[in-house]
Amino acid sequence: MARPGWIEPQFWHVSETRQEAPDVVTLGLTPAGRFEFLPGQFNMLYQPGIGEVPISVSGDAADTGHILHTIRDVGPVSHALCALRPGQRVGVRGPYGTSWPLAVAAGGDLVIIAGGIGLPPLRPALYQALGQRERFGRVVLLYGARTPDDLLFTDELSAWRARFDLDVYVTVDAAARGWRGDVGVVPDLVRRAPFDPPHTTAFVVGPEIMMRFTVRALRAAGVTDDRMYLSMERNMQCAVAMCGHCQLGPFLVCRDGPVFGYPQLARWLAIREV
Amino acid sequence: MPQTLEPLLRGHKFFAGLEPAHLSLIVSCAANEVFPAGSFLFREGEPAQTFYLIREGRLALEIAAPGRGSSVGALVVQTLGEGDVAGFSWLIEPHRWEFDGRVVERVLAVRMDGTCLRDKCEDDPRLGYELMRRFARLAANELQATRLQLLDVYGHAHDR
Repeated sequence: MARPGWIEPQFWHVSETRQEAPDVVTLGLTPAGRFEFLPGQFNMLYQPGIGEVPISVSGDAADTGHILHTIRDVGPVSHALCALRPGQRVGVRGPYGTSWPLAVAAGGDLVIIAGGIGLPPLRPALYQALGQRERFGRVVLLYGARTPDDLLFTDELSAWRARFDLDVYVTVDAAARGWRGDVGVVPDLVRRAPFDPPHTTAFVVGPEIMMRFTVRALRAAGVTDDRMYLSMERNMQCAVAMCGHCQLGPFLVCRDGPVFGYPQLARWLAIREV
Repeated sequence: MPQTLEPLLRGHKFFAGLEPAHLSLIVSCAANEVFPAGSFLFREGEPAQTFYLIREGRLALEIAAPGRGSSVGALVVQTLGEGDVAGFSWLIEPHRWEFDGRVVERVLAVRMDGTCLRDKCEDDPRLGYELMRRFARLAANELQATRLQLLDVYGHAHDR
């Protein structure tokens, strides 16, 4: 898919909103024209007079008439987006960035590992894998959040758990006694998940600290570096490799990412100045 | 030939790779246990002379926190399941449990008698070294996980 250059935002209508967690909303948008994206890509969402932010597309790439973005309310633009109601409009330009290499994962096991708001950028990849289920061995979802109240897509998590062809493990950092699930960290889920490490591809998204610990756990389990892919986040502003704000070492996340193979990143991840 | 618990010990991840002679030595310190949901394997402050190899089920390590968490005032620090080990305090004085261990889903476990094991380690330092090595690795993993929880990585606005 050709990378778009600078384009003026198109204004799309909000068709639905859904409160996923106390500070997280999913917006359903109706595109103004034809729109296609690959799992892992993002759009720039714009609110006039306030600003613009990069948000991963979080829905099914096969559903081109209904484009979902899951947004955490952390600043003025995201706050404005989270407050939108059906019928209102959002400026959209995109899609930008690299995508999850599902073709690489085909023929082996696929482990999808998400921490917190990292699940939305991975959900399209999971949808695509489940839509082509016969191409993969085991498909495993490992997901962690801060508390049970912060878990996203809880209805879908229940539905995914009920499938016989998908292994789902969920954990939270802390919980009160009423929680009957796991308490612990996502890297510990890697230890107990059933997959064949030498033939496994892993897609990982979450806070960078969590991703670094998860990579260590994957390596300890026997997954090779060349089969790990991470989605990175930096302060993206232009999304078209012009402003340089999203620089990560020699890379621009908007152009060379957000999805990177781990070998590309390995040297840069632990350098605090980068 | 009477059945022993040696197959259960051999099959548990914690003892993977332990020399057969050492397994035979420690099996007399083992007992098979079943704990129903809602029961406690141990309570904070009680004497800790055992540890448990979890074979099946889910155990919550909890700490009493009056006024926090659920109506009974307990917070879950960590859950343990199949293949996990519950209990370090048998190794370290004053040998008191640091947390409550509450059964969330029926637990099948092998209870290891710490006093029995310490005696065998005194007699066979190679066994002692091997057990210490395994518990050191376990402790290191727990410390890493605890540090990650303390960092509260999901709580910062600039991170995903």
